[in-house]
Amino acid sequence: MATMTMIQALNSALDNMMERDPNVLTFGEDVGYFGGVFKVTEHLQKKYGAKRCFDAPINENGIAGVAVGMAAYGLRPVIEIQFADYMYPAYDQLVSEAARLRYRSAGDFTAPLTVRMPYGGGIRGGQTHSQSPEALFTHVAGLKTVIPSTPYDAKGLLISAIEEDDPVIFMEPKRIYNGPFDGFHDRQVSPWSKHPASDVPEGYYKIPLGKANIVRPGEAVTVLAYGTMVHVAKAAAEESGIDAEVIDLRTLLPVDIDTIVASVEKTGRCVIVHEATRTSGYGAELSALVQEHCFYKLEAPIQRVTGYDTPYPHSLEWEYFPTPPRIIKAMRAVVDA
Amino acid sequence: MDDMSRKPNALDLHVPSPRTRPGDKPDFSGWSFPEPGDTPRPDIDESAVELREYAYGLIRVLDMEGNALGPWTPHLAPETLRRAIKYMLLLRAYDERMHRAQRQGKTSFYMQSLGEEAISIAQAMALNADDMCFPSYRQQGILIARDYPLIDMMHQVYSNASDPMRGRQLPVMYSSKKDGFFTISGNLATQVPQAVGWAMASAYAGDGRICATWLGEGSTAEGDFHAAMTFAAVYRAPVIINVVNNQWAISSFQGIAGGENTTFAARGVGYGMPPLRVDGNDFLAVYAVTQWAAERARANLGPTLIEHFTYRGGPHSTSDDPARYRPADEKASWPLGDPIDRLKTHLISIGEWSEGQHKEAQEDAQETVRATGREAEKVGVLSVEAPSTHTRASMFEDVYKDLPWHLRQQRDEHGV
Repeated sequence: MATMTMIQALNSALDNMMERDPNVLTFGEDVGYFGGVFKVTEHLQKKYGAKRCFDAPINENGIAGVAVGMAAYGLRPVIEIQFADYMYPAYDQLVSEAARLRYRSAGDFTAPLTVRMPYGGGIRGGQTHSQSPEALFTHVAGLKTVIPSTPYDAKGLLISAIEEDDPVIFMEPKRIYNGPFDGFHDRQVSPWSKHPASDVPEGYYKIPLGKANIVRPGEAVTVLAYGTMVHVAKAAAEESGIDAEVIDLRTLLPVDIDTIVASVEKTGRCVIVHEATRTSGYGAELSALVQEHCFYKLEAPIQRVTGYDTPYPHSLEWEYFPTPPRIIKAMRAVVDA
Repeated sequence: MDDMSRKPNALDLHVPSPRTRPGDKPDFSGWSFPEPGDTPRPDIDESAVELREYAYGLIRVLDMEGNALGPWTPHLAPETLRRAIKYMLLLRAYDERMHRAQRQGKTSFYMQSLGEEAISIAQAMALNADDMCFPSYRQQGILIARDYPLIDMMHQVYSNASDPMRGRQLPVMYSSKKDGFFTISGNLATQVPQAVGWAMASAYAGDGRICATWLGEGSTAEGDFHAAMTFAAVYRAPVIINVVNNQWAISSFQGIAGGENTTFAARGVGYGMPPLRVDGNDFLAVYAVTQWAAERARANLGPTLIEHFTYRGGPHSTSDDPARYRPADEKASWPLGDPIDRLKTHLISIGEWSEGQHKEAQEDAQETVRATGREAEKVGVLSVEAPSTHTRASMFEDVYKDLPWHLRQQRDEHGV
């Protein structure tokens, strides 16, 4: 065991997989010599050579397209899009190609690639360094979408993603790369070393895709969250004294419906939290699923606490970001209903 | 906007338009080409900069009398050439039949490669059988030249129970991994960076195989083309990028794609890639430039851009009527002729073919297509009265390797 930040855990996952499987290689902008702008690929080029870990031209469309071709050949490329906000040029390759190769060729060609992208706000990133575009991926048949919230999960999920034979969108909440941010931006942020999930085995292990994690058991209300919001929701539960059950979904598609349903059937109440904008966001899907599966057990309308339907602002970040007070308000509303 | 007339200026928006439109007499009078045999054949390790003149020339071997001239003559065995012309005749007969089948309501859609047969056939024959191809939708000749079963192509077009794509894909979107034919996508130019990635993977794995990809001149305007050219050049990928300039992207003439004042081969120079421009209706020239580019790629010297100068003889697709945007008899006036006629003339002139043999080969091709068509239609065709017999449940398969819970639920809801 070692104490790792999320960055170190992700780096360790890549290191493990490159060690185990010569078909695994990684590339993206500044990923090679420099080790990535967030240092997730640090030392990999030195250890595995420039043919396994290399810098790419600034062209997300090309990075994704080349990775699809490599995957079709039989490699397992792991590509990095520097910020999720810059994935849009790659979107055609991911949606029209990676997601559909298996289906359109009736299994003749497949695309076992992993697309890593730092996402999310809370870092004064403004409009193009803060976005949470997960709903643009969960809407796409053929893609799997994964978001970790701790170093331990990050490593185990990334290893699973790389071994997955289907394309995986792996979104990394960059706000918690270095520590579990709880949404109280005016308080001191604690480092990962003080969090139990920073105990990460140095070797190979996996966390299965499609399995959620109950991070705080409770009886009064189910809170569905992922990424940074897991920590914010947990802090909101502690702060409010409401006995909330906080579920970290970890995989958005395919989502762990059984864990969600069991929890909401127990609590009868549900609050959904995400940073992304509300309308047609992933929370809408979660809300629909809970309504469809748990209608007769629900004691109150499902509430969503999300980013507002605006572009991500710079100076008004803490007005926009779903902070604990907003989550507490929603939890109270459903508990008191 | 009110102020636009306030002061005179020289600005005037230029929108390219073709020289002739429906009702006009086809006019290629402004065009001049190098004579067959006049273009030297450079060494395969020549730099892109040294080869820049090739971007503005045209590599030609066959003259219009059927003589093979100059250093690009590939000196193929007569048997190979006879095989080539038979493939081209088979491809043309197949196209005719399937185009007609769509008109008869047996399928929803078809796309011919009329007039472009030399490109796909010559290139498939010049490449090794295990080299990988990332085609667009108009290189069905690759499958023909690789002896892919014609009946499976028909099953695909008919979306019937034997369709290898299980009825999921629009007709002509073939796929065959074992034949080195990448699954065709409706999204234009996406295959080009994928081909570069495949070639990079092959170089990484060191397996000696190279890769070729095709796109039309219209699709070069897509960002994927720029991405592919950049990555291919940066990583010296063993890939041949073929631009099939058939003058038309549906109704848009090649000037709208950016070809008005330059060539598509010339794009290669800016990326540092050898730019070969070839007479696409000249089987021998296409074969020779493909060999050159393949040798270069196999020697780890990197990618080549080839522009095939040709003419789209048929409608864009069965959904298109070219009489609405171009002169009706343009194909007949195309100065570089018809690729099958030109190879036929050559074979006859060297005493390896005759009018009688040609007629016989043509009839053989037509009969093969007819007989295969009957077999395919017995399995089924796409129509309202006779829906395909694919199991309805198969619609939910292959989205992922394994069926996730939500798809299983949807399959159950659908009652299958």
